[in-house]
Amino acid sequence: MRHLMTPLDLSVEELEKLMDMAEKIKADPEKYSHVCDGKIIATLFYEPSTRTRLSFEAAMLHLGGKTMGFHSADSSSATKGESVADTIRIISCFADIAAMRHPKEGAPMVAAEHSTIPVINAGDGGHQHPTQTLTDMMTIRALKGHFNGMTIGLCGDLKFGRTVHSLIRALLRYDDVKFIMISPEELKIPDYIRDEIKKKGAEYKEITKLEDAMEKLDILYMTRVQKERFFNEEDYVRLKDYYILDMKKMELAKDDMIVLHPLPRVNEIAVEVDNDPRAKYFEQVQYGMYIRMALICMLLNIEIR
Amino acid sequence: MAENDNTVRYKLNVGKIYEGFVIDHIHAGLGMKLYKDLGLNKLDCSVAIITNASSKKMGRKDMIKVECPIDQFDMDTIGFMDHTATVDVIKDGKIIDKPKISLPKTVKNIIRCRNPRCITSIEQGLDHIFVLTDPEKEVYRCKYCETRYGEQ
Repeated sequence: MRHLMTPLDLSVEELEKLMDMAEKIKADPEKYSHVCDGKIIATLFYEPSTRTRLSFEAAMLHLGGKTMGFHSADSSSATKGESVADTIRIISCFADIAAMRHPKEGAPMVAAEHSTIPVINAGDGGHQHPTQTLTDMMTIRALKGHFNGMTIGLCGDLKFGRTVHSLIRALLRYDDVKFIMISPEELKIPDYIRDEIKKKGAEYKEITKLEDAMEKLDILYMTRVQKERFFNEEDYVRLKDYYILDMKKMELAKDDMIVLHPLPRVNEIAVEVDNDPRAKYFEQVQYGMYIRMALICMLLNIEIR
Repeated sequence: MAENDNTVRYKLNVGKIYEGFVIDHIHAGLGMKLYKDLGLNKLDCSVAIITNASSKKMGRKDMIKVECPIDQFDMDTIGFMDHTATVDVIKDGKIIDKPKISLPKTVKNIIRCRNPRCITSIEQGLDHIFVLTDPEKEVYRCKYCETRYGEQ
C-alpha cells in the first residue's frame, strides 16, 4: 500500500506514467467512468478548501466511486479532542482511500503511519501540497511539452506557500530548470528549500521586483499571500498586495509564456489578465481533476489502459 | 601556568568500575546534559560525573562513569549529543568493547520540535523524531514538518 505525502514519493518515471494516465483519462473520460464503482474516497478536511476538496470528490465521482468526509475541523471529532491517528483508524474501516488537509504540518504523515488505506496529503499547513504540484506539473507538460531548460518565475508568498515548495522540489529532478524567485524580503523561501536548490546546482535568483523577471520567463507561477498563515494581522495587510500582475506587466513577457496560479486568487492577478491567452490558471484546475483521477487509480491499483 | 599547577594539585580520581560504561571525551559542559538526556538520573546505580577534567587532546573535557548491568545503552543519544565522545564497555573490570559513536540517522524523543505549526505540538503520544538530513553540517530536521533543529 502506498501513500502520497510529498511529490518526491513518486519517481520521475512514476510521475511521467501518472501524467500519461491522466492524459488518457482526459482524452476519453467515458471509458474510465466506472473503474472505481463501489469505491469510496474520504475527504478529511480540517481546514476550509473549495477547490482541492471538490477536485478530489469530482475525480472520484467521475470514476464511478462515492465520497464521504468533513470539510472543517468543527464538523469532525477533532473538536472532541480526537487524535489524527484515531480518526484515520476509524476512517480506514469505512473508506478505500483518504485525502487529508490539515493546518498542522505533518498531520497526513501521522495519518499514513496508522492507516490501512492509502492516504493522500491534500495540504498540511505551510508544508506540502503534492497534488497541487502534480496539477502544476501536468499543466506545464501539457502546455509546454517538457520541463527541461525552462525558466520559471515564482512570485508572491514563497515562505508559507506550500505549493511553491512542492513545485520546486519536483522540478529540481529535471535538467537545467532555472528559478527566479520574486518575493518581499519577509516572504522569501525557507532555507531548506534554498539548500535543496543549491545542492542540485540549479540556477536561481532571488529578486523583489516582478517587472525585472517578466521578459525572461517561460512560466510565471503566481501565489496568494495567505492570511491564515500569519500570526500578525498588520504584517498580512502590509504584504497582501505587494504584487499585482496586470496587462502592463504582461506586455513585458514572451508571447508563449504561461501564467499559472494554484487559486484562489485575491488581488495578485488583475481580472483583465484573465482574457489574455497566456493566462492558464483556469485550465490548470481542470488538469488538477484529471491528475487526481489518475492518482486515485494508481493508489487503488486500478490499471488505466 | 597557574592552571597547570591547579590541574596537578587538584587531580580528581574516581575509582575503577567492574561492570558498566565509561563515556569519555565529552565536550566540557555537556556532561550534565548528557546525564539527564540518557536518563541516568533515573537509574538505581552509581554514576560519577566528572566535569572540566584536563585533557591533552581536548584541553577540558567531561566524563561519565556508570556502574550498571551492560544490557542496553542509548548510543544514539550519545552520538547526537556529542559524536566525538568515546564509550568503553566494562565487564569484570576490563574493557570488552569500544562501540563506535557516530551521528545517528534518526533521534527519537531526545529533542522536541518547537514549530508551533507542527503536528507534534498537538497530537497526543506522538514521538518527536528528527532525521539527519545533512551529515556534513550535522543538520537534523523534524520528520513531520521538516523544521531544522534549533531553527525555531
